[in-house]
Amino acid sequence: MNLHEYQGKALFAEYGLPVSTSKVIYEPEDAHKACRDIGGSKWVVKAQVHAGGRGKAGGVELVDSPDDAIAFARKWLGKRLVTYQTDADGQLVNSILIEECTDISEELYLSAVIDRDSQRVVFIGSSEGGVNIEEVAKNTPEKIIYEAIDPLCGAQGFQARKIAKVLKLNNQQTKQFTPMFKNLMKLFIEKDLSLLEINPLVITSGGLLHCLDAKINIDSNAIYRQPEIADMHDPSQEDPRESEAAKNDLSYVSLDGNIGCMVNGAGLAMGTMDTIKYFGGNPANFLDVGGTATQDRVSKAFKIILDDPEVKVVLVNIFGGIVRCDLIAEGVLAAIKEVGVEIPVVVRLEGNNADLGSEILSKANIKIESINNLGDAAKKAVELAQ
Amino acid sequence: MSILVNKDTRVIVQGFTGSQATLHSEQAIEYGTNIVGGITPGKGGQTHLGRPVFDTMEEAVNTVQPNASLIFVPAPFCKDSILEAAESGIELIVCITEGVPTLDMLDVKKRVDELGLTLIGPNCPGLITPGEAKLGIMPASIHKPGSIGIISRSGTLTYEAVKQTTDLGFGQSSCVGIGGDPIPGSSFIDILRLFEKDEQTKAIVMVGEIGGTAEEEAAEFIKNNVTKPVISYIAGQTAPAGKRMGHAGAIIAGGKGTAADKISKLKECGVHIAENLVEIGTKVKEVL
Repeated sequence: MNLHEYQGKALFAEYGLPVSTSKVIYEPEDAHKACRDIGGSKWVVKAQVHAGGRGKAGGVELVDSPDDAIAFARKWLGKRLVTYQTDADGQLVNSILIEECTDISEELYLSAVIDRDSQRVVFIGSSEGGVNIEEVAKNTPEKIIYEAIDPLCGAQGFQARKIAKVLKLNNQQTKQFTPMFKNLMKLFIEKDLSLLEINPLVITSGGLLHCLDAKINIDSNAIYRQPEIADMHDPSQEDPRESEAAKNDLSYVSLDGNIGCMVNGAGLAMGTMDTIKYFGGNPANFLDVGGTATQDRVSKAFKIILDDPEVKVVLVNIFGGIVRCDLIAEGVLAAIKEVGVEIPVVVRLEGNNADLGSEILSKANIKIESINNLGDAAKKAVELAQ
Repeated sequence: MSILVNKDTRVIVQGFTGSQATLHSEQAIEYGTNIVGGITPGKGGQTHLGRPVFDTMEEAVNTVQPNASLIFVPAPFCKDSILEAAESGIELIVCITEGVPTLDMLDVKKRVDELGLTLIGPNCPGLITPGEAKLGIMPASIHKPGSIGIISRSGTLTYEAVKQTTDLGFGQSSCVGIGGDPIPGSSFIDILRLFEKDEQTKAIVMVGEIGGTAEEEAAEFIKNNVTKPVISYIAGQTAPAGKRMGHAGAIIAGGKGTAADKISKLKECGVHIAENLVEIGTKVKEVL
């Protein structure tokens, strides 16, 4: 689960990290009061969306009057911001962060992520912060430090000093950085993060480290033990069909083809999409009904798939391990009855109670193509979609 | 011969009396798996499925001497259960549960490695040696004793590979679902090493998917250490690049992790590629 910048910065502040004085507004009219409360004569206004690349896309501006802050808020609130990290529809802006202006002397990069290879939380740092950090990693890898944290010993001072060397910090800044580094690790562990990024981490004109941005990603498996974080969830940043699916424990990603797919297991769902493409078709979605699919969830899955007007045919591919194919078959029938499916449905059932499932489908008075071989089922779906 | 489990493996089930554990333990017992008991804290002294229930692993170890554990406890308790099995010296721990927090696994994996034990999963279908023992949730009927070793990150894709090798008459020596979580207990390499040593295994099917670099590392290992033919299918060739958040993921992956990268690396290392999911079986036939 992603957090907004303002939510990430609130967590940073809670852990003693230096962030700017700021206010979040949801209505343009509130911008004036926010600027006055913050004080000063210059403010940074930032559209809050779950994506990077906002600056280049016009979602971040420096303003020198509260009226300009209001104008910026009017321009963006309720609109969608498209950046190189979003899809073509962009992300809805429903809040604006207004911050005091920081005078920047240097822009650095700092992040932490769970690295699958070393099986550690790894901090990544570079003296070359800003928008081109991926290029830096590719072209001048020596300018990047990767520092792995032992899960049992935790973040140590020497590791902070190693990173500080690569960030080219002076002695005073290194002293400031060491507790910051330890607190970031504490935040990472205590709030179940999977990613944390400060880009840029800046050195102010006064020579102090300061966090100008905050990207935080929370491990969705751990949300159950993070009730405060769960409350920060912003469903407006997700595709509505994807959110609806998530509510029902379904994993759904909308795509641009016309063959709706309902599959159990993420791997098989991807494999089914690959097979459809292989035979010349185009999948309309990725949908994993999960290992414990019930009739109710199958019904919901069907509704989500059919909600996409592009879908011309539905391919159901279930290889029953935990999930019983007879329950899936009943779910499919119930869904078809309930939703009134007009388009063809191709069903492939295999594994746990597959014969029983196929029998249930063949006895039903509904036009369903029941095909046991995946290749043949995919070919049929592609043919029906044309 | 086979790997990790056979008919003599003494299996203890953690979370034994829960509904999923009951369903799959019943099927495992019916398959011939030597399940010697189970653990459900608070239910010690009871009998379930004709097997004794214990409050702690220590009691189970002292009474029924298990050497493998099969875990079905809910995700918030998996760290505790895996560590309980590990600290009790259980050599093979199989965790089926999905949704285990990644940071829990960082701690668990470190401890399991220190103790030199084998952990399979979490978020996996488990493992099976056809005709001997089933520690997992896979449908038994699609398997057949034979010569192909199967390793996969995905549950249902494992079944697909199993079905195709059964239909063509090869059967399987053992099948291991290592699970799709970021921090799996065992990697492709851990299992490849076992299949390479196993006499019954004549060829290995490795089913991978996009994300991470486990397949690339496995490819390098195969090139240098595996003499048996390896057939691989990579799922997600047509998956669109996801929406991204920041740069850290991309930096650490270094642009690797796509299906095309994995396939080209595997080919370069002498692995036979099944271009399509439905061709895994025929590719095995072609190679053998």
